[in-house]
Amino acid sequence: MSYFKPAFRHPAAPTNSLGYHEDDYEGSLSTLCAGCGHDSVSGAIVRACFELSLEPHRIAKISGIGCSSKTPTYFLGNSHGFNSVHGRMPSVATGANLANRDLTYIGVSGDGDTASIGMGQFAHLVRRNLNIVYIVENNGCYGLTKGQDSATSDVGSHSKKGDPNPFESIDLCAVALQLGADFVARSFSGDKEQLVPLIKAAISHPGFAFLDVVSPCVTFNNNQGSTKSYEFVREHMEATGTVDFVPMHQEITTRYEEGASQEVCLHDGSVIHLRKGNNEYNLRDRQAAMGAIEQHKAEGQILTGLLYMDPDSLDLHSVVDTSDRPLNSLTEEELCPSLQALDNINESLR
Amino acid sequence: MNPTNIADPEYFHKVVDCQYACPAHTPVPEYIRLIAAGRYSDAYMINWESNVFPGILGRTCDRPCEPACRRGRVEEEPVAICRLKRVAADFKDDITARLPTIPKDKNGKKIALVGAGPASLTVARDLMPLGYSVDVYDEQEFGGGFMRSQIPSFRLPEEVLREEVNYILDMGLVTHFNTYVDSMNSLLEKDYDAIFVGSGAPRGRDLEVPGRQEAASQIHIGINWLESVAFGHIESIGEKVIVLGGGNTAMDCCRTSRRLGGKDVKVIVRSPFADMKASPWEKEDAIHEDIPIIDNHVPVDFVVENGKLVGMHFEKVRAQYNARGKRTLVPLDEPHVFVECDEVLVAIGQENAFPWIERDIGIEFDQWDMPKLNEQTFQSTLDNVFFGGDAAFGPENIITAVAHGHQAAISIDRFCRGKDVRDRPLPGTTLASTKMGVHEWNFDNAVTSDRRFKVPHADKEQTLTDRYLEVELGFDEELGYAEAERCLNCDVQTVFSESLCIECDACVDICPTRCITFTQPETEEQELRLKLTAPANNLTQDLYISDSLPTQRVMVKDEDVCLHCGLCAERCPTAAWDMQKFLYSVTKVSKL
Repeated sequence: MSYFKPAFRHPAAPTNSLGYHEDDYEGSLSTLCAGCGHDSVSGAIVRACFELSLEPHRIAKISGIGCSSKTPTYFLGNSHGFNSVHGRMPSVATGANLANRDLTYIGVSGDGDTASIGMGQFAHLVRRNLNIVYIVENNGCYGLTKGQDSATSDVGSHSKKGDPNPFESIDLCAVALQLGADFVARSFSGDKEQLVPLIKAAISHPGFAFLDVVSPCVTFNNNQGSTKSYEFVREHMEATGTVDFVPMHQEITTRYEEGASQEVCLHDGSVIHLRKGNNEYNLRDRQAAMGAIEQHKAEGQILTGLLYMDPDSLDLHSVVDTSDRPLNSLTEEELCPSLQALDNINESLR
Repeated sequence: MNPTNIADPEYFHKVVDCQYACPAHTPVPEYIRLIAAGRYSDAYMINWESNVFPGILGRTCDRPCEPACRRGRVEEEPVAICRLKRVAADFKDDITARLPTIPKDKNGKKIALVGAGPASLTVARDLMPLGYSVDVYDEQEFGGGFMRSQIPSFRLPEEVLREEVNYILDMGLVTHFNTYVDSMNSLLEKDYDAIFVGSGAPRGRDLEVPGRQEAASQIHIGINWLESVAFGHIESIGEKVIVLGGGNTAMDCCRTSRRLGGKDVKVIVRSPFADMKASPWEKEDAIHEDIPIIDNHVPVDFVVENGKLVGMHFEKVRAQYNARGKRTLVPLDEPHVFVECDEVLVAIGQENAFPWIERDIGIEFDQWDMPKLNEQTFQSTLDNVFFGGDAAFGPENIITAVAHGHQAAISIDRFCRGKDVRDRPLPGTTLASTKMGVHEWNFDNAVTSDRRFKVPHADKEQTLTDRYLEVELGFDEELGYAEAERCLNCDVQTVFSESLCIECDACVDICPTRCITFTQPETEEQELRLKLTAPANNLTQDLYISDSLPTQRVMVKDEDVCLHCGLCAERCPTAAWDMQKFLYSVTKVSKL
């Protein structure tokens, strides 16, 4: 087993507009099981941040506990990170974001960390529309404790050594939509062509962006009978359409035929193109999205891609009217106004 | 595009860049691993089986392997393959017991070898163990050919040469030294079953410009002069020496001159410095010994005053290249340059010459007066006469001569047994997993970041006064180990099994040089190259393409800068990737 990665990279590896190579966004060598879907999600995050030319030191990655929550060690090695308590990533992320609104926040969680122990925190994070990319690496089992069924495991699905799961599953995308999330997408770790543009769009979205990524547990839940195996997901996934994300500074080079794609413009000037699949799908219709999810589930399919988005999302800072600047940039005078200021407030309330 | 046929031994052979580039196809990574393991004798024997003269080549080889080395594409410098070969030779034990046994009962076939250089000695090495009786003829006093007469002792000590030449002579060859073969016809009359001509390219090219005749006593042909030095006939030279030419012979001439009393020695060459034929390291060594290399100077005449050579005139030129890269030297509009000298060594190339082969005995010659040969079998138009080494297709180098020798020996053996010489044996190959545990391999797959280590040199003052003192000291065991660790083990192949792959992308994500891509198949290679994860611009390196996967995609691996680190296989959950050692060996007529 190798414990380190060779230092050599491709001599002609491209750089982004900041002059960084893709490997500048990598982290330590993964200690997850070989073939774990989570490593592919890490790879997609690396690729997305590289392609968006984000400055690594302007990113914070926050996680809870679990296989998924270990992964921030394996990407963005030059960014800020906080590996928090089980199911408590949302509250730590909220604190961080309120203190410094200028960073890009990437929350990484798993199905246990979000749909079980962290369900309460998750629900309130969605409601509050914190500006964060929230990625659930969803494998339908508790891999770190040897593969028990998790709350997202489908009825009847069974893991390597288990009986069929008797309980109804929680569909996190449906929950997020119901709770008012303005960016909801589902993807698959084995499909980077879909996942990378989704992560880029999610990072650019100005509020809470939810990504449920089916990420097979190669050790405990990649067997016949599992609905979260590589083979099953590949055979049963159906996309809402193909997502292209065009950042604001980049020229649109692909030509889109009239009516063949939907465009969603973000406030920063970036554009998300949804090239349609076979079905008509309206990105801006929350009820339709919820219906489509249910319908695909009933048909035994997994609906993936961008499910819903509202580019006019107002994030927590806008709603509660906080300081426009990060707290660490405020001066003592701004943080501790004079006695006169207090008197003025009191006077105004008389 | 069709899936790559990895059953074709040449596919994986090409991945082992060094071995593929070597004319004798020595299994380089295999012996480098043995050096790292301290098994010097084993490393030496692998070399000896393949290239016959490891100690000599470890000092003097032209190293076609090194420019090919993958490491040079990954970082700046290739592995010091040549000097590692020397490490094996320097630190081996007595290997005489491991040499092939020569049967006492001969097979009744008699072979004559003309010339006792590397090509002929290789033929002898391959045929003697089969019971052939071999006679070798050479005009020199000892065996070794150009390895003895052309390569100065400060690069190749006499004892190293003698040891490796004697391994072969001691097999029981009948040597006819001090014997110049002056007639092929009379040799044919001696009833040999086959004759092998390995007489080299013995004629040094001369420079016919004004003053050549008048100053003849102070002008020497480089290869003849080196030979006279090697055999002790010349022991000194004037203080001011001009060496004309830009090849390795010129480098040997100038450095030898420095040791025989030359104080102001210059190399003057027509071409630009970068185009010179000499190996970069040879040029470096010459410059290190205070020998300036003056390029873009074309000789005009020898200047003779009072019957004595006093200098030469040169015309300054600049190189111009046309669209196809062909060079012309364009004179500059400047007065001729005069360079003072006492003696001139002309090292501007060498030619083949076969004045001793009668042209009416069935051996046909082509328009360049070279024997017409079959390029695979080395057989001439006279069935029982074979050529090899420089005598076959013009001046090359030792390792090429060895490669020729092996092939000629196969031909001679088949000829003597009455079989078709065009029927060539296939190479021997093995491909075996290196898997030891779940993610463990029986080779050291960690890739060191060390840069190429320099070979220590002896003190310059001393080496310039003693022409027998070897300049390079060679790696010691510690440095040899460190340098050996730089080898990327390109012979441990990344073998992909479509049927096992679950397309989890783990290999794509982990690959440090991003050489793996899963994508839709394409009909044209150029299209496919554009779709790969990392730029795939090196068209000399192949793409390894799998058969169709369940998603209808294919796995494409660009072999160009694969580090053979095994991480793809370590991160593969289903062992669809495996690290398998590929050993390719050119079949010789006798097995070691």
